[in-house]
Amino acid sequence: MIAAAVAILRKDLKVEVRTRESVPAMVLFSVTVFVLFHFGLDRDTLEGDIATGVIWVTLLLAALLGINRLYVAERDQGGFTGIRLAPIDTTALWLAKAAALFIYLVALELVALPAFDLLLLGPGLDGALPELLAVLLLANLGLAAVGALISALAIETRARDLIVPLLLLPLLVPVIIAAAQATEPLLSAGQSPDDLAKWLGFLALYDVVFVLVSIAVFDFLLDD
Amino acid sequence: MTSVLFGKRLGTLAWITAAFMLAAMALVFFYAPEDADQGFRQKIFYVHVPMAIVTLFGFMAAGIFAIKHLRSGDRSWDVRSYVAIHLSIMLGVGVLATGAIWAKTAWGHWWVWEEPVLVSYLIVFLLYCCYQPLRFSIADPERQSRYASVFAITAGAFVPLNFAAVRLAEQYTHPRVLSETGGNMPGDMRVTFLVCIVAMALLFTTLWKLELTNKHTSEQLKRLRRRLEAQT
Repeated sequence: MIAAAVAILRKDLKVEVRTRESVPAMVLFSVTVFVLFHFGLDRDTLEGDIATGVIWVTLLLAALLGINRLYVAERDQGGFTGIRLAPIDTTALWLAKAAALFIYLVALELVALPAFDLLLLGPGLDGALPELLAVLLLANLGLAAVGALISALAIETRARDLIVPLLLLPLLVPVIIAAAQATEPLLSAGQSPDDLAKWLGFLALYDVVFVLVSIAVFDFLLDD
Repeated sequence: MTSVLFGKRLGTLAWITAAFMLAAMALVFFYAPEDADQGFRQKIFYVHVPMAIVTLFGFMAAGIFAIKHLRSGDRSWDVRSYVAIHLSIMLGVGVLATGAIWAKTAWGHWWVWEEPVLVSYLIVFLLYCCYQPLRFSIADPERQSRYASVFAITAGAFVPLNFAAVRLAEQYTHPRVLSETGGNMPGDMRVTFLVCIVAMALLFTTLWKLELTNKHTSEQLKRLRRRLEAQT
């Protein structure tokens, strides 16, 4: 299963590098949203809870763009049929898509966070970088697991672009709660993160639960 | 769908439910004492809390039916899961409405973000509201039931996680509903409360069976009509 997943992942990354469909759109979207927030909030610098809200909502909405497109090529160009015919566990497809989404999210954050720091953030990111990386890593895992499942769930529906955000946003509320609570003290000047361990633990629990659920149910989505 | 007799003993169940509902209302208004600091408005909890508990169990039961459906491939389990979610959503409107009424009388606002149970309930409610749009935007009936079951399982796993997250995020500045009505209640209040929960669970079961019977009958009717048309 791992070998098949790695093969699909390499195919996806190669396609992404050549067509540049998802990641540049996600990056561009997030920078544009920062500009929108600058005018919408009418502030030059943000910190604390507002900075946390802006960065997490922006990352989440940018992730939605990538999640929406995750399986489009497979459906339109017969990838699903290929996976069904191949003598592999279909869960490999979920694993590959989740890994691809995780890599897209890391790429997005590599640009979006420095851009946020440069454009809007008041206190600066340098002091809290290791903690922030841990939060991002666990939140990305959750986003990738749930995103790869829900995207597959919505791909055969008539209104795919509508169904994905409708299903995904409530499902990701716990991730936003935990990530925002963990990030807020990091973005406020002169505050020490007190509950960080609790929130990282919760994010890890969320990740484990949804990875297991996805592995258990993904087979049935391709089972025709 | 296999021919299951969903309507079996529905009449008896309906009478028992009616008796329990009546007993519950009588206990609420004539037996249970008035709450010392909440007064008369506390009585809405006898509807609000049982309804919330029953719908949450309804959502989780739907997840279990969905697991059975995917395991066995028997479509009747999918219908059970579908009707359970459908009913829980409808009662969920009641939960949010009674919660809002209580908040208005107690704190003067229709909605309070400080109440973790209510907020988690809203998130769960919003998620399950997407069940029907998802289900009915898939044309193929076999695929429809499979995808709906996958959703029901995922959402069922989400319910407890979501409650944990919202509760962890709260700083408790206000009294909590559940500890108020659950932990240290006087005896006669607790009896009333338990009867209310049983009554609400029975109501849910009766409505669930009724709707299953209804769905089953109309499907059979359609099948018979088609056969008749084929003959003439």
